[in-house]
Amino acid sequence: MKRIMIEPVSRIEGHARITIQLDDAGKVTDTKFQVTQVRGFEKFTEGRPFYEMPGITSRICGICPISHQLAASKACDAIMAVRIPPAAQLLREIIHCAQVVQSHALSFFYLSAPDLLLGMDHDPATRNVAGLIEANPELARAGIELRKFGLLVIEGLAEERVHPSWIVPGGVKSPMTVQARDRFLAAIPQAMATAEKTLGIFKGVLDSFTEEIANFGSAPTMYAGLVDSAGNIQFYDGLLRFRAADGSIVQEGIAAEDYAEFIGEATLSDSYLKAPFYRPQGWPEGIYRVGALARINVAEAMGTPRADAELTEFRQRFGRMAHSSFLYHYARLIEVMYGLEAMQLLLQQADVLDTHVRAEAGVNALEGVGMIEAPRGTLIHHYKVDENGAITWANLIVATGHNNRAIGDGVRQVAEHFIRGDKLEEGMLNRVSALVRAYDPCLSCSTHAIGVPALDISLVDAKGALLDRLRSDA
Amino acid sequence: MAAKTLTIDGKQISAEEGATVLQAATEAGIPIPTLCHLEGVYDMGACRLCIVEITGIPKLLPACTTKVAEGMEIKTNSERLRKYRRMILELLFAERNHVCAVCVSNGHCELQTLAYSQGMEHVRYDYTFPKWNLDTTHRLFGMDHNRCVLCNRCVRVCWHIEGAGTKNVSGRGAKSRIITDLNMPWGDADSCTECGKCVMSCPTGALFNKGSTVGEMERDRDKLEFIVNAREKKQWIAD
Repeated sequence: MKRIMIEPVSRIEGHARITIQLDDAGKVTDTKFQVTQVRGFEKFTEGRPFYEMPGITSRICGICPISHQLAASKACDAIMAVRIPPAAQLLREIIHCAQVVQSHALSFFYLSAPDLLLGMDHDPATRNVAGLIEANPELARAGIELRKFGLLVIEGLAEERVHPSWIVPGGVKSPMTVQARDRFLAAIPQAMATAEKTLGIFKGVLDSFTEEIANFGSAPTMYAGLVDSAGNIQFYDGLLRFRAADGSIVQEGIAAEDYAEFIGEATLSDSYLKAPFYRPQGWPEGIYRVGALARINVAEAMGTPRADAELTEFRQRFGRMAHSSFLYHYARLIEVMYGLEAMQLLLQQADVLDTHVRAEAGVNALEGVGMIEAPRGTLIHHYKVDENGAITWANLIVATGHNNRAIGDGVRQVAEHFIRGDKLEEGMLNRVSALVRAYDPCLSCSTHAIGVPALDISLVDAKGALLDRLRSDA
Repeated sequence: MAAKTLTIDGKQISAEEGATVLQAATEAGIPIPTLCHLEGVYDMGACRLCIVEITGIPKLLPACTTKVAEGMEIKTNSERLRKYRRMILELLFAERNHVCAVCVSNGHCELQTLAYSQGMEHVRYDYTFPKWNLDTTHRLFGMDHNRCVLCNRCVRVCWHIEGAGTKNVSGRGAKSRIITDLNMPWGDADSCTECGKCVMSCPTGALFNKGSTVGEMERDRDKLEFIVNAREKKQWIAD
């Protein structure tokens, strides 16, 4: 009996360990996906004034701080019991689109493209973004351009790129200038062309990944995501819908404040990452997935022309319900297109330049929930406060958490399919890591934990002797 | 009033008798870092950031409470002073929980600005991570003891500009703490006039307007000086 450990899994956000157990014949008998760190944001925010929560919780993550600020601010809006000014709502949606574009670009180009375009078995020394720049400078440039566009909008609205403090309870701090709007609008066509080109390249290499598509966490699950009243995809607002693997709608119209009725959280003994489940079906039957693939499965359509054309093509290739986790990459690129189109529409709205962008109020409710679609999936912030506005209790359900069980099951499927015998081949272990990367998990977010990604794989026999070890920095 | 002549950093200057070294230096255009000093209220030498070297006196003395004297030779910017100023700042940071990234005063904080200007690159001392609470019982304002440097500005403006006497200090040493009235929640302090001068005077994020988010507390301290000038000199002149 032998055990393979992949620790930490590389090119993901955060810190995870994968353990693969082999029997004497070299057959996979068990796998574990463990998230190994804890940070405790829910605990140490106790006692802080609620209006500090967007600032504090956005520090959970440097990749999508905007998502945490939005969910936190929505929870605070609920505590203040205000409806934010229309312009503030539009501006929050615009910055959110920018955030989705830049985050998806990071996931696709910087973290996963090395596997997809250089190959799963490519030399790990250059199977990274630097290798990608060398091998395919045009594609690498596309990634940099899309990320730059997203950050241009974020910086243009919020003054800072990484941890702005512009999104606040009751709205946003400052209105958008005409110049900023025109600058963003002028940059969108180029960004769309880049997104379209990337989709073309990705679709071109899809055929060389048929084995991965068939075996990459392809077990059907339920899906969850926010949709608008027409059932189209929604990033910022909307109600939560659960759709079963067969395409039937399990539940819809779930408002943020009712989430706890439908989402339970299982605590796992061997991981700091909790595992949410659909409460009416219980654990573990009620597992579901969130994120880009889940959203396009859950929604009827995207609601914008170019993204809908891409979605139609996607469904022609993979059916109405697509289950392979490998297709998260594809879904993410469709969402980049959607994010750009949606942003363009939002920027053209009449009241987008209105200068009334912030509602002011004190504590009018002792509890508030904010729910949005972060790039990685449904994000929920839930706070309780005392009458002076001090946080007495907080619960954060972060996108990657919902996918916890599905990632674990996917790891097992990939390991069973690709790992044979007791010889440690880097390429097959990379496929296990790549499954995790397909979800673009933000483990630092989901355990509210911190970590430095690097690759450390050990092959250990039944007696604990180290047979082989591969190690690299991220 | 008699004038005194003295030397600050090699520069010959004259100052009015009774003036402090800080006043003399400021008038001569020689900057001395300060933290607890606030125009409009008396000085008390609480923070020691303005320490200077005076020839013939082995101790370092605070410029804000040391009066000028004839023939004084003063150094305001020696390596020894820079070392002690950094040390004072590091001790202030280690003493309470100062987390700039999520603070209401981020970008407008006098403690943060001093740390930059005095070249504080890290804190050599173990952080003490004390457990301090917040008082958010007041209708308009909040007090976060985690961010308090005990400069006493709020106490001085409350007693000597507003005249309300709501703010006081209780306890000793590092356990000292700003209190309202007889150590009751601020919201219950009858003497508070809700004037907000304490909030205006605070150098860090310890006192804030309720609802403030990261970096939102910008304070207009000139107003305090304006009020004092108006009252004492009958001059209503704003900068």
